[in-house]
Amino acid sequence: MGARDRHGIDPPWGEFRHVGQGSTKIDGLAKATGAALYADDLSLPLMLHAKTLRSPHPHARLRAIDSGAALALPGVHAVITGRDLPVRYGILPWSQDETALAVDKVRFVGDPVAAVAAVDEDTANEALKRIRVDYELLHPFLDPRESLARGDPPIHEDRKEGNVSKKVELAFGDVDSAFAGAAVVIEGDYDFHGTTHAAIEPHCVLARYGPDGVLTLWSSTQITHYVHRALSRVLGLPPHRIRVIQPCLGGAFGGKSDPFSLEFCASLLAIRTARPVKMLYTREEVFYAHRGRHPMQMRYRTAAGPDGRLAAVDARILIDGGAYSSYGLVTTYYSGQLLTGPYHFPAYRFESTRVFTNKPPCGPKRGHGSVQPRFAFEVQLDRLAERLGLDPFELRRRNLLGADATTVNGQRVTSNGFARCLERVEEASGWRQRRGRLPRGRGLGMAGSMYISGTNYPIYPNPMPQSGIQLKLDRSGLVTVFSGGNDIGQGTNTIVRCLVAEELGLQLEQVRVVAADTDLCPVDLGAYSSRGTFMIGNAVLDACRKLRGTLVSAVAESWGVDPRRVRFVDGAVVDLEDPGRSLPTADAFQLAEARFDTLGATGSYNTPSLGGDYRGGTIGASPAYSFTAHVVEVTVDEETGRITCERAWIAHDCGRALNPVLVAGQMEGSAYMGLAEALVEEHEVNRFGLHRGPSLLDYRLPTSVDTPELHSLIVESLDPEGPYGAKEAGEGPLHPAIPALSNAVFDAVGIRLQHLPFTPGKVLKALRAAAAERRPAVAAVSGT
Amino acid sequence: MLRLPSFRLEQPDTLPQALALLDQAGPEAAVLAGGTDLLPNMKHELRRPSVVIALSRVKGLTGIAEAADGAIEIGAMTPLAEVAQSALVARALPALAQAAALVAGPQLRQRGTLGGNVLLDTRCQYVNQSHFWRSALGFCLKKDGTVCHVVAGGSRCVAAASADTVPALMTLGAVLEVARHDRTRQLPIDAFFVADGIVNRRLEPTELLTRVRVPRPAAGHRGAYGKLRERGSIDFPLLGVAARLDLSEAGVVEHADLVLTSLAAAPRRVAGAADALRGSAPGHAPAEFETAVRRVAELARRQCRPLPNLPGDHEWRGEMVPVYARRTLLAAAAGQGPVHHV
Repeated sequence: MGARDRHGIDPPWGEFRHVGQGSTKIDGLAKATGAALYADDLSLPLMLHAKTLRSPHPHARLRAIDSGAALALPGVHAVITGRDLPVRYGILPWSQDETALAVDKVRFVGDPVAAVAAVDEDTANEALKRIRVDYELLHPFLDPRESLARGDPPIHEDRKEGNVSKKVELAFGDVDSAFAGAAVVIEGDYDFHGTTHAAIEPHCVLARYGPDGVLTLWSSTQITHYVHRALSRVLGLPPHRIRVIQPCLGGAFGGKSDPFSLEFCASLLAIRTARPVKMLYTREEVFYAHRGRHPMQMRYRTAAGPDGRLAAVDARILIDGGAYSSYGLVTTYYSGQLLTGPYHFPAYRFESTRVFTNKPPCGPKRGHGSVQPRFAFEVQLDRLAERLGLDPFELRRRNLLGADATTVNGQRVTSNGFARCLERVEEASGWRQRRGRLPRGRGLGMAGSMYISGTNYPIYPNPMPQSGIQLKLDRSGLVTVFSGGNDIGQGTNTIVRCLVAEELGLQLEQVRVVAADTDLCPVDLGAYSSRGTFMIGNAVLDACRKLRGTLVSAVAESWGVDPRRVRFVDGAVVDLEDPGRSLPTADAFQLAEARFDTLGATGSYNTPSLGGDYRGGTIGASPAYSFTAHVVEVTVDEETGRITCERAWIAHDCGRALNPVLVAGQMEGSAYMGLAEALVEEHEVNRFGLHRGPSLLDYRLPTSVDTPELHSLIVESLDPEGPYGAKEAGEGPLHPAIPALSNAVFDAVGIRLQHLPFTPGKVLKALRAAAAERRPAVAAVSGT
Repeated sequence: MLRLPSFRLEQPDTLPQALALLDQAGPEAAVLAGGTDLLPNMKHELRRPSVVIALSRVKGLTGIAEAADGAIEIGAMTPLAEVAQSALVARALPALAQAAALVAGPQLRQRGTLGGNVLLDTRCQYVNQSHFWRSALGFCLKKDGTVCHVVAGGSRCVAAASADTVPALMTLGAVLEVARHDRTRQLPIDAFFVADGIVNRRLEPTELLTRVRVPRPAAGHRGAYGKLRERGSIDFPLLGVAARLDLSEAGVVEHADLVLTSLAAAPRRVAGAADALRGSAPGHAPAEFETAVRRVAELARRQCRPLPNLPGDHEWRGEMVPVYARRTLLAAAAGQGPVHHV
């Protein structure tokens, strides 16, 4: 990290004009009016439609594929199979185990086998039915415990470790001694079921192969740069002949951060047919593409002193990865590495094992790898507080990590507003007056968490910047910003516009953002790890600051004044000592262009070197961490077992809130998602190896009437390295929702829910078990 | 998006034209009212009609009216939203109003019709899936296959009757007016459903449901509907319970009824419910009434065993049978309802 990567927390021109204002999203009106163009809105002359044939078996060897009858169907232009796209890919260079279409095996129901391009969707679908595939069925692994216990038949035959996808064992400090000497040890088993992202927009691509030999792919991706690289690798095309563009995107949440089969298939079909090819997944196919949150079976032991100070944490986690690696290596590390704040503990050990199963592949979902352990850990803390007779807030306050600290696993923490987050939710929820005093059936629970603002670990090792920005200044006074960042609805482009307007003293409408087009924009690594605001924001400041001097000196020279008197503000340039003298920005740009040259600048950001000095020590090392605390209020109907979440208070330390409306939106959306995962969402594969209900009818997402009142409380601990002090807000605020809900149920009815999802049937069973425990004598008598 | 298979669309302007078309096409035809059941089922290739007869232009099939004899007549094409919002239905037939108001979500109630809901196809977690999904499963008894995945070795389809309005109409003694090109017949709704999930309605392929007639309710009629579902909107019932209590002027139960749905292929009337409740007086002797209600809830529990035909935890659905039976009866007695978690 060079000096140019640190820009300070102060406003560039004395006071902020846009930052903190909560301006409307840059594409808000286009989305609201239907003018926004999503991938499926795009259409080109002579465009063909492509469809994918998928495996009906969870695990089978491909003996033969006969696509002759499909190809013979009038209107069919091409059929491709795994032989046409045999090159393996995968988001991480160390685990490239996917092919666009199955080459020799299928590994889950829905695994792509062949693709067809035809004049319309119906013809393509009809062609799929005419493809004959000869399968040799293999034993399907649906239970991760079985995958762990036996590696035969292997799901990936070239793996040395049977069906183990990744195993990480790390220990810090003297764990065993800490447990031996602990006053209290809390132990527990926790299960996280599977959930998926359920973005409203299904995956969609449009591919065009031009007569110039350039492939253009419009894709609903959140990682244009990695798709660019993967296309080059799999198609064997040099990257300079590939252009990837992300159109307006209808949500992703991590579900569009891998390269996907349709991107390769549509591209190859466009090359083969010399016609544009579109492929749009059905909702069912989106469930098969998946990459949702990993199911985890977790065992935690937490040791503490008599005063509640944490002494050690020991975790064993079994992760159900599904059929492919995806981000699994990182998930496996994250399941342990991201737990080490916002509380200090001196000794920590975790053993995480990810196994393959014959199910849709899991991957990153909002709060990647750390939502599941956070659930377990924060319930453990609640149990510890209960055991010691401490208020859950008090227990956490006794263990604060604090600012400018180093975690037990060697992560550098800079700004830290967690203590303030605790205060805000405690006060807003009326915790002190209400907790433990509500009538039976109603309760309050709380939890806390920490999350990364990007990591210093790029997905492929390289010394180049993580984020790049290019500015072009026009004589009209317009600034066009070329940003590699992927705006997936979280508002990256809105933030870019805000920062440029702030730095160059413009009105928002004087800034246009061109983003996520590999031909036009410098590289940004993509929308994942909550890196956008922090990294792209810093790159924007870097680029703007290179231009500011040029602009100021051109005006100062023209006016014959000291440059310190020149201020750019709201689309004008003013003389601070002569209120009568001002210029429109456009004039200033023209002066500068005449005096110097065509006006433009680039800027970039790279992280400092971070992380512990051990294998995996950089995974989860972030330039800044966000902090969150929740209080959740529930009602439990003890007769039906139904939990109703009435209200949730979310305090989140996002550093400086560049756009508080966007921040609050992320906080509400995160809490909504977490609570939904706890109560209704379930990505489940049934005993036949089939997804239980791959539709938005059967995969339950809460509707507006199911959604509680959400109160967002923004905490701003200005970070020394964030742009104007900003940190992330997109993923962190999700984490405490699930444990806070579980802890609230305990307060309401005295049961501990440790196995997700918290269905009413499970609640009733737990209530009965608790009642039986309360009446042991009666139970014994009636049992005789 | 899933594609709708191709078909010929007919849009008759009159009922005779519609019936003539139906007579010609017979089993090849499907009737389109609101389309909220038919179109998804066609996309899932559960039905492949070559002709779709849309009723939207046919006059005289909508509307809610009170007949001279006090019966309430509702056109089969009346949108569920209209049934739910009708002051007449709310006053006279509260269980029906409540049930209609809980079908699916607001947008679907604008499209979906009362007739369409009465004729709703049975539902099952192994049926309401795409053709690809069902092919991967190896199909099932209801469509394209020979085995049941709900009941091992089962030879009878147990896909669940899932219409919210049907149990309400059953407690109300509704009569269905069914037209064919050459005749019209009146069929008590009690005789309309059979315990066969493949087709649970006694409707000939050439017949059309045109009207639902509910006899004049008793002066002291009270009714309520209870719906169990995961979310507060959209979802089909995991359990539907309709209750009827007809009170005398003195406030004594003279007639009672309790009908449940979303169990197996046909809705189920709780035997003995009427006897258990008759003679009790919710207003004057509430404790005694509650005891009777609990007895009925226990009868319901014994008689109604939900199967794992719908998604989710069927044991929990079973546990909810007495709870929803009791709560719905109490709501009816209190002139309240619906029993719904939001």
